[in-house]
Amino acid sequence: MNERVPVLSVKDLSVEFRTRSGVVKALENVSFHVNRGEMIGIVGESGSGKSVSALTAMGILDEAGRVTQGSINLGGLDVLNASERYLQEMRGRDVSMIFQSPRTALNPIRTVGKQIGDVLRRHGSATRQTVRAQAIKSLMSVRIPDPERRHDAYPFELSGGMCQRIMIAMALSCQPELLIADEPTTGLDVTTQAAIMDLIKELAKERNMATVLITHDLGMAADYCDRIVVMHAGHVIEQAPTEELFLKPRHPYTAKLMKATPHGEGSLDDIESIAGGLPDLRSEHLPPCRFSARCERHEDMCDMPALIADEVSPGHMVTCRRPL
Amino acid sequence: MNEFFKHLRYVLTENPVTLVAGTLFMMFVILAVFGPLIVPYDPLASNASRTLQPPSWDHWFGTDQLGRDVFSRVLVATRLDLAIAVSAVAISFVLGSVLGSLAGFFGGWTDKLVGRLTDTIMAFPLFVLAMGIVAAMGNTVENIVYATAIINLPFYARVARTEVNVRRNADFVLAARLAGNSSIRLLATHIYPNTLPPMMVQVSLNMGWAILNAAGLSFIGLGVRPPTAEWGIMVAEGAGYIVSGEWWLALFPGAALMLAVFCFNLLGDGLRDLIDPRRRT
Amino acid sequence: MNGSTKIRIIAGRLMQALPSVFGIIVVTFLLTRALPGDPAVYFAGPAADEKSIQQVRESLGLDKSLPEQFLIYLGDLVQGDLGVSVSTGFPVAEELWRRLPASLELTLLALIFSISVAIPLGIAAATRPNTWVDQVCRLIVTAGVSLPVFFTGLFMVYIFYYILGVAPSPLGRLDIIYLSPPPVTNFYTIDALIAGDFELFFAALAQLALPAITLGTFTLAPLARMTRGAMLQVLSSDFIRTARASGLRRSTVLYTYAFRNALLPILTTLGMVFSFMLGSNVLVEKVFAWPGIGSFAIEALIVSDYVAVQGFVLAMAILYVLLNLTIDILYTLIDPRVGLDS
Repeated sequence: MNERVPVLSVKDLSVEFRTRSGVVKALENVSFHVNRGEMIGIVGESGSGKSVSALTAMGILDEAGRVTQGSINLGGLDVLNASERYLQEMRGRDVSMIFQSPRTALNPIRTVGKQIGDVLRRHGSATRQTVRAQAIKSLMSVRIPDPERRHDAYPFELSGGMCQRIMIAMALSCQPELLIADEPTTGLDVTTQAAIMDLIKELAKERNMATVLITHDLGMAADYCDRIVVMHAGHVIEQAPTEELFLKPRHPYTAKLMKATPHGEGSLDDIESIAGGLPDLRSEHLPPCRFSARCERHEDMCDMPALIADEVSPGHMVTCRRPL
Repeated sequence: MNEFFKHLRYVLTENPVTLVAGTLFMMFVILAVFGPLIVPYDPLASNASRTLQPPSWDHWFGTDQLGRDVFSRVLVATRLDLAIAVSAVAISFVLGSVLGSLAGFFGGWTDKLVGRLTDTIMAFPLFVLAMGIVAAMGNTVENIVYATAIINLPFYARVARTEVNVRRNADFVLAARLAGNSSIRLLATHIYPNTLPPMMVQVSLNMGWAILNAAGLSFIGLGVRPPTAEWGIMVAEGAGYIVSGEWWLALFPGAALMLAVFCFNLLGDGLRDLIDPRRRT
Repeated sequence: MNGSTKIRIIAGRLMQALPSVFGIIVVTFLLTRALPGDPAVYFAGPAADEKSIQQVRESLGLDKSLPEQFLIYLGDLVQGDLGVSVSTGFPVAEELWRRLPASLELTLLALIFSISVAIPLGIAAATRPNTWVDQVCRLIVTAGVSLPVFFTGLFMVYIFYYILGVAPSPLGRLDIIYLSPPPVTNFYTIDALIAGDFELFFAALAQLALPAITLGTFTLAPLARMTRGAMLQVLSSDFIRTARASGLRRSTVLYTYAFRNALLPILTTLGMVFSFMLGSNVLVEKVFAWPGIGSFAIEALIVSDYVAVQGFVLAMAILYVLLNLTIDILYTLIDPRVGLDS
C-alpha cells in the first residue's frame, strides 16, 4: 500500500452529546490523519475530546452521542455511513483499540486465552482446533513468559502490566492496520509504563502499523510519536511533527503546555499555570476560539467567527488568529 | 431542611407515581380511622333473602353467602389489616433498632450473638416460620402480629447494625465521647438518630410485605376467625365460590389488599429516592 | 485455579451450613415447647383424663429436663424420626416424604417459568433503558411483588377455568378420569413420559400450569429487577467496551460477556426468591387443592397437629438450606475469583 495514503483520516468531525442538562458540543471541526507506519499522539487535558474522537472513529460512540458533521475514512471505508454489521467485522480485524486500567478492561470471569480466542474466532483467523495454539502465539508475540500457563489465567491472577500485554496481544491478534491506544499506561507503575510503550512502539514498527496514542502526558507523546495533535475543549488547536512542535510551538496553549511540563516531564492534569478551566461546552454561544477566556494574547479579532486552521509550514497546522 | 423540601418537590414532580401513592395512603388511613362510621351496612349483619347477590346499586361489591354487604366488610377490614401490619412493623422496628444498634456499637460477642439470631431466622423460608410460630404460640390475632414481627426483625436489625457501625468512630461521636458522654447515652442521642432515615425506608418497603404476610396467614385459617371482616379471610371464604362464578366475594377484598400493598411499595420506592437519591434504579 | 481448590471451597460451604441447620433444629424444638399451657394436654387430646395425660407426658419424654428432651429430639432426627402425626396416625416423615414430590414438581416448574420470563425481560429492559420495554418491565416488577399469590391464583382459576374453560378444574395433580402413572420419580409429568403416555403427560402438565404460573409470577418480580440492575451495571463496565471494540458479535457481547457476569448477583438474589417461593407454595397449594406438603401443613394446623407442623417447618427449612447451598456451589463454580481472598 502507498505510504502516503492515510490509514485513518478524520475530516471536520463534530460530535454532540445530549444530556439532561443540555447539549454538549464535545467535538467541533476536528481533523487529523495517521499514515501507515506512523505513530501520532493526541494530547490534551481530560475532557478535551481525545477519547471521543477515537471512539467515533471506531464506531462505538455512546448512544447519547451524535455526529453532526464530518467524515471518517478508515482504510477506504466510510465509517459514519457503514452498517453496524460491517463495522463489527472491521473492529478487531482492521483497527483495534486498547484502554487504560487493563485489569478492568478484561472480562473478569473468562480466561485471558479464551478472550483472545474470541477475537481470533470472530474474525475467522482461527478454527476450534487451532485457536488455542494461535492465542498462545499471540501471547508470545507480546513477550509474555510462560504463555502456555498464562493462557488459562484469569485477569485477577495477573499484574496490571501483564494485563495490558494481554490487551495488546488481543488487539494485535488479527494483524490490524491501525491501533488506537487510549491512555495505555495510566494506572501502571513507572517502569512498567516504559516497558509497555516500548512494546507498542516495537510491534508497530515490526508490522508497519499506524498507531494513535491518546495521552495527557506531553512528555510521553514527545518520546514516542512522529507527529503530535494538540486538542483543547473539542478543537484541534495545533498539529505538527514532534520536533517542529517542540522547537516552534505556534498556539499559545501549546506553548503554555510546554512551559508547564519542562523537558517533557509531568502530565497535563497537574498544570496549574494555565489559568481557568475548560469552558462549559453546554453553552449556546461558545466563542470561535474556546481558549480565548484563558488566553493572554486574546484580542477582539479573536472573537470573529469562522476560525480555520492555517498551515504555517509543511505539516504544521495552527488554529489561532494571533499565533506566536 | 429547606434543601430537603426542594428535593421533596423534585422527587414528587419527577415521579408523579409517588404522589398517587401518597394520596392512596391517605385514603387508607382515613378508611382505617373512620371506616366503621361511614359504611352503608353493618358488616356482620346477614340477610338470608339477599345471599350471593352480584354487585348492584344497593350493594356496590355484591353480597356474600350470608347476605352480608361485601363493600361494608372490605371497608371495615382496612382497620384490622393495617393495625396488624403497623403493630408488627412497629415491634420489628423497635426490637430491630435495639438489637442492631447494640450489635453495631459494641461489636464483639454482642454482635456475634445478634448476628447468629438474625441468621437463624433468615435460615427459614420466612412465611413458613411465621406459620410455625403461630401454630406454637396459639391461633390468635396477637400471635399473627408477633410472628410477622419476628420474621421481619432481621431486616431492621441489619440496617441498624450497619448504620451504627459506620458511625461508631465518626468525628462527631469522638467529640461527644471526649465531652464525657456515657456509651449508652452516646448511642441513643448521637448515633441512633442518624440511622432513622434508612430505617424509615426499610419501614415503608417492609409494610406491604407485612400486610401480605398477615393476610396470607389468615387466608390459611390462622389468627382471624370468622365472622370478623379481614381481607385475607374474606378471600379465603370467597375462594369456594370462584369455581361457580361468584367472583365478587374474593375479588374486592383481594383487590383492596393488592392496592394497599401496591401503595406501600410505591411509597417505599419514593421514600428511598427522597432519602437516598443515589440508590435510584 | 485448579479443581481441588474448588472442592475444598465447596466442602467449606457445606461446613458453613451446619450452624444454620443446628439453629433450625433448636428453633423447631423450641416451637413445640412454646405451646401455651402443658404440651402433654394438647398431645393427649381433648378427651384425656389426668392419668392418660401423665402417660403421654412420660411417653413424649416431657417429664425430663429441657436439655435431655433436646438430645432425645436430636437423636430421633438423626434416625429420620419426626414423630407421629396425631391427625393421620402415620409417621410425619413418611407423610412429608410421600407429598414432597408434588410440592417439588410444582415449585420447580414455577421456578423454570419465573426464570424463563424474568431473565429475558430483565435483559431486554437493560439493553433498551427508558423505552417501552423498560417501562413494561418496571410495571411488572412493582405490580408483581404487590400481588397476593392466593388472590392471583383464584383469578387465574376464574378466568381460565370458569370463563374460558381452557384449564382443568383446580383440584389436585390429575383429573379424576386419569390414573396416576407408575411411580418412578413421583413427578407425574416425568413418570408419564417414562411410561410413554403423552396424553397423561399433557393432562398432568395442564393441572400444573395454573398453580406454577401463579407461583412463578410472584417470584418473577425480584428476579427481573435484579437481572435488569445487574445487566445495566455490567453493560457499562470497561470490559464490555473492550469486547465491542474487538468487534465481537452483539450476541457474544450480551451473553458470553455481559450475562455471565450479571449472573453472579442474580444468583445471590435467588436465595431470597426461594424463601418467597417456599412460603407462597403453601398458599398456592391451598388454592389449587394441591396434595403437597403445604396442604398437609394447613390441614395439620387446623386440627392443631403440632408434631406434623413442626416436621413441616423443619423439612421446609432444611430444603431451603439445601437450595441455598446449591446456589453457593454454583457461584463457586462460575466465579473464578471465589476463594482467592481466603
